[in-house]
Amino acid sequence: MTLLSVRDLHVAFGRDPGANEVVKGVSFDLDAGKTLAIVGESGSGKSVTALSINRLVDFGGGRFTGGTILLERTGGTTLDVTTADEAALTQIRGRDIGMIFQEPMTSLNPVHTVGAQIEEAFRLNRGLTGTAATSAARDALERVRIPDAAQRLAYYPHQLSGGMRQRVMIAMVLASNPRLLIADEPTTALDVTVQAQIMALLAELRDELNMAMIFITHDIGLVAGIADDIMVMQNGVAVEQGPIDSVLDNPQHDYTRHLLNAVPHFTFGNTVRSDGNRAAAAPIVSVDNLAVRFPVRSGLFRNRTGAVHAVDGVDLDLVPGETLAIVGESGSGKSTTARAILGLVEATRGQIDIQSGRSGRPVQMVFQDPYASLNPRLNVEALLAEPAIAAGQRVDAKLRERMIALLERVGLTRDALTRYPHQFSGGQRQRLCIARALMLNPDVVVLDEAVSALDVSVQARVLDLLIDLQREFGLAYLFISHDMAVVERIAHRVAVMYAGQIVEIGRAASVLASPQHSYTKRLIAAVPAVARRRQHFTLDATQVPSLVRPLGYEPPPAHWRDAGEDHRVRIEEPA
Amino acid sequence: MDMLRAIARHPSGRIGAIIIALYIVAAILGAIGVTPHDPIQQFRIDRMKGPSLTYLMGTDLLGRDTFSRLMLGIGQSLTIAFSSVALATLAGTIIGLFAAWWGHLWDGVLMRIMDVLLAFPAILLAMLIVAIAGKGTLTSVAAIAIVYTPIFARVVRGPALSLKQRDFVDAARTFGSSQSFILTRHLLLNLVAPLTVQVTLALAWALLTEAGLSFLGLGTQPPAPSLGVMLSESKNLMQQAPWLMIFPGLAIMFGILGFNLFGDALRDILDPKTQGRAA
Repeated sequence: MTLLSVRDLHVAFGRDPGANEVVKGVSFDLDAGKTLAIVGESGSGKSVTALSINRLVDFGGGRFTGGTILLERTGGTTLDVTTADEAALTQIRGRDIGMIFQEPMTSLNPVHTVGAQIEEAFRLNRGLTGTAATSAARDALERVRIPDAAQRLAYYPHQLSGGMRQRVMIAMVLASNPRLLIADEPTTALDVTVQAQIMALLAELRDELNMAMIFITHDIGLVAGIADDIMVMQNGVAVEQGPIDSVLDNPQHDYTRHLLNAVPHFTFGNTVRSDGNRAAAAPIVSVDNLAVRFPVRSGLFRNRTGAVHAVDGVDLDLVPGETLAIVGESGSGKSTTARAILGLVEATRGQIDIQSGRSGRPVQMVFQDPYASLNPRLNVEALLAEPAIAAGQRVDAKLRERMIALLERVGLTRDALTRYPHQFSGGQRQRLCIARALMLNPDVVVLDEAVSALDVSVQARVLDLLIDLQREFGLAYLFISHDMAVVERIAHRVAVMYAGQIVEIGRAASVLASPQHSYTKRLIAAVPAVARRRQHFTLDATQVPSLVRPLGYEPPPAHWRDAGEDHRVRIEEPA
Repeated sequence: MDMLRAIARHPSGRIGAIIIALYIVAAILGAIGVTPHDPIQQFRIDRMKGPSLTYLMGTDLLGRDTFSRLMLGIGQSLTIAFSSVALATLAGTIIGLFAAWWGHLWDGVLMRIMDVLLAFPAILLAMLIVAIAGKGTLTSVAAIAIVYTPIFARVVRGPALSLKQRDFVDAARTFGSSQSFILTRHLLLNLVAPLTVQVTLALAWALLTEAGLSFLGLGTQPPAPSLGVMLSESKNLMQQAPWLMIFPGLAIMFGILGFNLFGDALRDILDPKTQGRAA
């Protein structure tokens, strides 16, 4: 029974639709209860294809230049979406087709409680009012497995975590019992354990409601477990489509193979680097009992009533030439630790010792967002000159030679010097940031989610570059990431952070292969992987504890046990 | 050059630019003495003559050529507007940057002072300052500058606060760049676009405020012509010699229109959303 049938779809943008075609002849069929994954990198046309199905693409200035989209409606009639009028489209949006987006905070109205917003969805779609709507909303929250659903109805969106908000969005969309759910990167903004929860939830709901699903993602590993069919898109064309198993096990198109190879596959510590040797050297950075706390003030006189314990009692050291990866989810304190080492935030307590290295500033940093970390009004020469100017060097021919040498080393050409950041792609910008961090010949580079914002194939090449540079210049990396597969590829040692504390630290091979702490185990179990796609994920609704503590609170002293050579685990206190 | 081309392409920007250019040419010609008649000399036989080929915009009660006086008046008004806005930009930018950068007490104290200044209507505050400091060209420049400083402080403080949080400022800190380097290179350079728009719009207001002060006899002092002085002198002759009021009035109106159109065009051109590239 075909629910949706798309034939030779062409979508174009702008004043000259002929020249700006974004989707160039895509066809697929989708049956009720089945899931289609559309996979591709940014600019591949995957989102535009999906937005065409409920004609949301109109609002972005898109126009159909060919093809048909036949949707079977409730009652058995068939509608061609490409020619339907706005009244018919309003009917199908929400009622026949539901949609969830990447960022749940912007999709929810911040000034209404989530209960009111879900009730609104029931009022519009099913005509429920009053207590009937309230109880339907409570049922909907229970259906998306939100604990204490009755109380949560009175919460405002900002009081819920990202994963909770995405569940509220799903509850709202399900209010109309849609026959088709379009999910546009619904977990990209979420932490990996939360992502696993949402994916498991979507799969369960699909089976419960016999709903068809179109799942858009850049992460081929993520959809491996949930999709029936897959369509790989590149530059507006579906380069390969078919049943998921045959595409993943036997990819025919070069681009599919390239995507499968470029995605860092997590292999449970089997493919960690083997070139590290930390026994010989003295640490260049050592952090002892670091704590960073931010005051919480409340009341009329803004008295201090507590503190956010962002980082609490962190010890680590880093020897020349090695990569220490700090992994953890948002709010675990991993970035705050790095910022404290760089002096960007003040440590409340503890000792950070940095050996004087090859230059006055031995620690440099590369940030996550290559768009935000380069001043858009300066050209590359001025950007690269800045660290040198700060170190008191003159901008002369010798410095310019060093700039060109570094640019060429990171894979850019010398004519980049006169260009501005907006003339480069995301990957090229991150290469610029790396070159800039190397200008002063540092000993340590802090990489704060430095490859997270990049497309997978670009990510792989930047990672290779980082490993080459590490060998060539003897750099030590402090690599902060939430992505276990990337960490496995670059790290010699891994520190796992949870709620401001390190819970497990040691050799990458040992920590990733035999995690000891319950949080590390959960984190590793949540990593999506092509190889594990038949494994069933169970729902796990564990919430991260609040880091806001009353004044004078001190965490209980940490006790550690050894779990092998260079592998220490924090002993868990019974709650 | 790209900037000039973009303004020439923008329909209202083109009109604004032409008006401003004409005013500046008139002001320069007036300043170097290239006027149809001597603007101060009194042609007693030709008193209160209507517009004619000899006197393009007629003559006043004392037989002085309105057109020549208007050229000088535009010069006087533009000089006061430009210098007061320059002062206001300088002071407002420094105050806004410091308030944003140092925050806390600095921010509180500086911005509350700005709020107090903003609480008064512009012309009233300017009158108050002139009344305290004495009338004259210099005091009216100072008064207009003080009146418009808070607007610049606000225009700078908001974006500066958000720029301060940006990764490239953190990156600069990790290199050990000096505060003055970060303030000029990373903050100020990114504020050029909003400031340029604000300067153009402030010129329009300053022109109007100057005319108001002079009209009330608190700004430029006769016999030196300024647009406000000329309006003031014409008010008793409205019935007999309407041209004395109409032409300076039109000059003020078109001046403000020119700066506003130009400012709107700049805002459109400098807005990253209309440029189609990421901010």
